[in-house]
Amino acid sequence: MRNLTLILCVAAALIALPHGLSFSQQEVLVFLTINILLVASYRLLTLTGEWSLGHVVIMGVGAYASALLSKKLGLFVPVSMLLGGLTAALVAYILSFPLFRMKGFYFLIGSFAAGEVIRLLWKRFREPFGGAKGLKRIDSMPDFDLGFYAFEFFEPVSYYYFALLVVAVCLWVMWRLERSPVGLTFHAIHWQDKLAEAAGVNVRGYRTLAFVVASGFAGLSGALLAHYIGTINPNSFDVEQMVFVLTWAIVGGTATFYGPILGCIVLTILNEIILRELGFEQARPVIYGLILILSILFLPKGLESLVERLAARFRKTPGKPELGTAPDKEARA
Amino acid sequence: MFELLVQTGLNALYAASYLSLVAVGLVLIFGVMGIINFAHGELFMLGAYAVVAVYSDFQLPFVLAAAVGLVFVGCLGLVMEWSLFRPLKDNPLGGLVASIGFLMIAQALVSMGFGVRMEHVPPVTQEVIVFSDKIRLPVQRLTVIVASVVFLGLLWAFLKKTRFGWALRASAQDPEAAALQGISVRQTARIAMFIGAGLAGIAGALTAPLISVNPHMGHSVIVAAFIVIIVGGVGSLEGAVLASVVYAIVHTFVTTFADGVLADITGLLLMLLVLVIKPTGLFGTADRA
Repeated sequence: MRNLTLILCVAAALIALPHGLSFSQQEVLVFLTINILLVASYRLLTLTGEWSLGHVVIMGVGAYASALLSKKLGLFVPVSMLLGGLTAALVAYILSFPLFRMKGFYFLIGSFAAGEVIRLLWKRFREPFGGAKGLKRIDSMPDFDLGFYAFEFFEPVSYYYFALLVVAVCLWVMWRLERSPVGLTFHAIHWQDKLAEAAGVNVRGYRTLAFVVASGFAGLSGALLAHYIGTINPNSFDVEQMVFVLTWAIVGGTATFYGPILGCIVLTILNEIILRELGFEQARPVIYGLILILSILFLPKGLESLVERLAARFRKTPGKPELGTAPDKEARA
Repeated sequence: MFELLVQTGLNALYAASYLSLVAVGLVLIFGVMGIINFAHGELFMLGAYAVVAVYSDFQLPFVLAAAVGLVFVGCLGLVMEWSLFRPLKDNPLGGLVASIGFLMIAQALVSMGFGVRMEHVPPVTQEVIVFSDKIRLPVQRLTVIVASVVFLGLLWAFLKKTRFGWALRASAQDPEAAALQGISVRQTARIAMFIGAGLAGIAGALTAPLISVNPHMGHSVIVAAFIVIIVGGVGSLEGAVLASVVYAIVHTFVTTFADGVLADITGLLLMLLVLVIKPTGLFGTADRA
């Protein structure tokens, strides 16, 4: 009962949120919602202990696929979005064959290389990907009227509500997945892959599963992005964007489900709203870079460790240990 | 056709020479500290900007500018070691993120100081060695090739013939055993960082008059260097040099006979192929990350 009240309160707050913001802040809010899905799916991928540098390109696969399907085949946009996610999952499945021969540093760089190959293919082939200029005039979501609220999707507020619904459903699915036996196996593989293998777990199969499912959600987030901004190009999904996702996850902390989301929200607000409005346009990367360095030096377990400490202070008795306790060090030495 | 092949070969040799300087530095840093320096391309970029400042702006001799590039970027490496990599030596992902932070700061500071536009570095010498009508080797490129050979030779001699070099190789192989033998790991990390960064700096400085110098030039260099150290096998200096030559040849020939983007794709596919066949690279053995 208390949980339900809490959820309703959060939902009401999220629905009311855009009305207190300026237009440009509403736009940031839409991107933030989409990026939350991206970074949460990234954490799902890292659950098995492998860090990818190709996740943003996979997001782009979803964006390109959904844009092309609606543009060339005239598919209904929500359908093409779903198919975009599926395409991303399929591409990830194909990539998993070469990539999961590698581990650790080699996987990191291998995934980067695989992503770059895909990105360069978009750049090289004008048909159908549009070359370096990318795709323009991507169909937007069709407007519709609920009676009490009319969705007009060029409006950030309408799109925010739509994205919020999609992202909430996806987060719920990922959250359930992590708490299912499958999710527990992911954790087991992260910490004791040899032992898990000895216990009869198909380690590679589970790694592939995490990679494919995470990629599907990333692809969906890409589709959400593409049909909102209406134009995508290979540079929308370059290594710079990947660096942002990586830093959101690491600065937020990856031991908990909410850690990367927290990192995404805090760093986005800092970078897009506070620093931009203070007028540090050129010096923004300097400050952002400094924040990264300082947070990694002085808060190595991420923002979530701060939250945990605060929470521990409020409740006197120590709570139940969180599932899959903090990765103190990367276990793979 | 034959002449075109020879000319492309010469171009590949030039590309291999500065790429191997960058890659060897990257391998050295990774070997001793176990940290992936994502900002290594920016060290190359800073070396090039040392030449822009000292040689184009203050009009001092090019040799002096190159020396400044070497020492200044080497010292920056020491600063990175002290401020970022030593506190994070047990946290490889943390080191990666910290180097990304450094990369952003370096790019933005250079953009603010010099502007985001491409810098024009006046040529040091216009002389060209003409073999035939179609085979020409600008002396400037020859200088880069010779300098690379000299620096790599010096590094080789340092690593194989001096006590510091032995210590460096020992702590790259097994930091704990090296520490037990009385080798100061902190000292070897400093030396590795100075040399590694300095090599990237001198590579950037030497090539500055030949390439487009801009704040984002580090990106393509780091991608190439990553490919090279993966193909060569992480931790193998000889592998890095050899892979630089192979990569440069493939990349230059595909660029000449097809186009640049296809050359990038070919390079990346080559690396993926090597990883699929031998997941630790051609000469690699250990996996420290």
